[in-house]
Amino acid sequence: MATAEEVAKAAERRDVRDRWLLSAPALLVIFLAATGPLLIVLVYSFLTPGAYGDVKWQFSSDAWTSVLLERDIFDDTLSLAAAHVTIFLRSIKLAVVTTIATLALGFPTAYFMATRSEKTRDLWLFLITIPFWTNLLIRTFAVLQIIRNEGIINTILLKLGIISAPIQILYTDTAILIGMAYVYLPLMVLPIYASMEKLDFRLVEAGYDLYATRFRVLWRIIFPLVKPGVIAGSILVFIPALGAYVTPSVLGGGKNMMLSNLIELQFGQGRNWPLGSALSITVMIIVMVALLAYVRNAGKSGVRHG
Amino acid sequence: MANNFSIKHQPGFTAIAATCFAVLYLPIIVLVIYAFNAASSTSEWGGFSLRWFQSAYQNTQVIDATLRSFQIGSIAAVLSTIFATMAALATTRTASYPGLTFKYAAINQPLMVPEIVTGVALLIFFSRIKIFTGYSGLGYLIAAHTAFCIPFAYLPIRARLENMDLTLERAAADLYATAWKTFRRITLPLLWPGILAGLMLAFVISLDDVVITEFVKSGGQDTLPTYMLGQIRRGITPEINAISTAFLLLSVAIVTLFFFVSRKRD
Repeated sequence: MATAEEVAKAAERRDVRDRWLLSAPALLVIFLAATGPLLIVLVYSFLTPGAYGDVKWQFSSDAWTSVLLERDIFDDTLSLAAAHVTIFLRSIKLAVVTTIATLALGFPTAYFMATRSEKTRDLWLFLITIPFWTNLLIRTFAVLQIIRNEGIINTILLKLGIISAPIQILYTDTAILIGMAYVYLPLMVLPIYASMEKLDFRLVEAGYDLYATRFRVLWRIIFPLVKPGVIAGSILVFIPALGAYVTPSVLGGGKNMMLSNLIELQFGQGRNWPLGSALSITVMIIVMVALLAYVRNAGKSGVRHG
Repeated sequence: MANNFSIKHQPGFTAIAATCFAVLYLPIIVLVIYAFNAASSTSEWGGFSLRWFQSAYQNTQVIDATLRSFQIGSIAAVLSTIFATMAALATTRTASYPGLTFKYAAINQPLMVPEIVTGVALLIFFSRIKIFTGYSGLGYLIAAHTAFCIPFAYLPIRARLENMDLTLERAAADLYATAWKTFRRITLPLLWPGILAGLMLAFVISLDDVVITEFVKSGGQDTLPTYMLGQIRRGITPEINAISTAFLLLSVAIVTLFFFVSRKRD
């Protein structure tokens, strides 16, 4: 006969087994249509490009070399690598500036929302959520309509006589920046707001009681307390901005490529799938490093963010 | 506490917040207004008209893409919600067990990887499968959408489960209800708002996807967003404004519904 302990253990094993069975379909789908294919990308990055796209099953580290280094073995390989460096730097620069711009706008906005009365807070939250759930392509298109030469900004400036010819914003880095800051702004506001909402304003009051200036209170009391939200928001903006595809391809035109457009190019006209794969892995590595930095930072301040 | 308003006030913050909200809504409002423009170009105003809505409605490509979006979105949303519900039941209200952390990581994985990378990965993987099987139907898009919708469906369901009271389920078990009966009669009805919220979220996410769909779709499998992306790249007509406006209305309606459904939480 089994002892009570054995029965309990068997029940526990059964429970764990049932839980694995229950989660199996989700895990299977994600493995087949998300995680697994990433491993194939890794394999492809070490193969030789085929003549008409796809690959030849022959090991080569060329793809990785042309991601990172300039090589002058063939005629135009050198200039290609230089172009990569430019695109890498542009992508990182645009992602960083987008993060800073959304932070500069988003922090005061989150603060404003968190200091409203409980009832109106929900309304502001709802107002911030609506653009967030509106299709990103539609929002990018909306920005395009505003900033193009015949758009509302140029029309108004022309009519007021401030400028005599329309300012060319569209198809520049500035256009990409405006577009990305616009579409990712809610991603910055929401986590900062979440931290800000929990802020204990008695601490702020104490600060004032001790004759701190407004700026000092903001910098030494409020900012440190909502820092986890600021970091979460920055990560949430930086990662999609780095890998942004829709906004640069709509607002940047063909010339102002970002990493994702370069990757797409390798799978289309470029017909260099290994290079495209190596570039994809590179983007993923940058993202993982950023995420790790975030996890460590969040761990340190002892605040969990979902 | 003394004067609350002055404590919470920071100079300039309200102005920036006002700018923020204005900036968020201005482009969308302009977009919607120009959908009702009678002129053929989007640069001038030619009076109020519904002609672009009519033209979009009569455009078979638009209708096809819309129907395809709904087809993929509803199948992917239902599948991902069922799988996410099962996974949520398996990962909540339990002491830690071997593999639990792995499951969290796996379920959230689609959120961690940039869309472009997933898109490229699926392009390679599915093009291989296409060669082997010869199948080039909507299955690939449905599988891809189901996978990246799972974490979104999972979130509200798990949140609901974690806030749920265990007493009713224990009472049912005390009254000799089978595990299945307890689930069907007690757990499921209590969980329902979470499931509904997850379903709507998954549907919106699927409906909105551009990047992964762009890479996974075969010829002639445009969804509404990929069709629009192609049109915007080719040049703008007010028809795109009309389509965007209709699309926007739909998203707002679903999200508003989502808000009310998930509010029922407590």
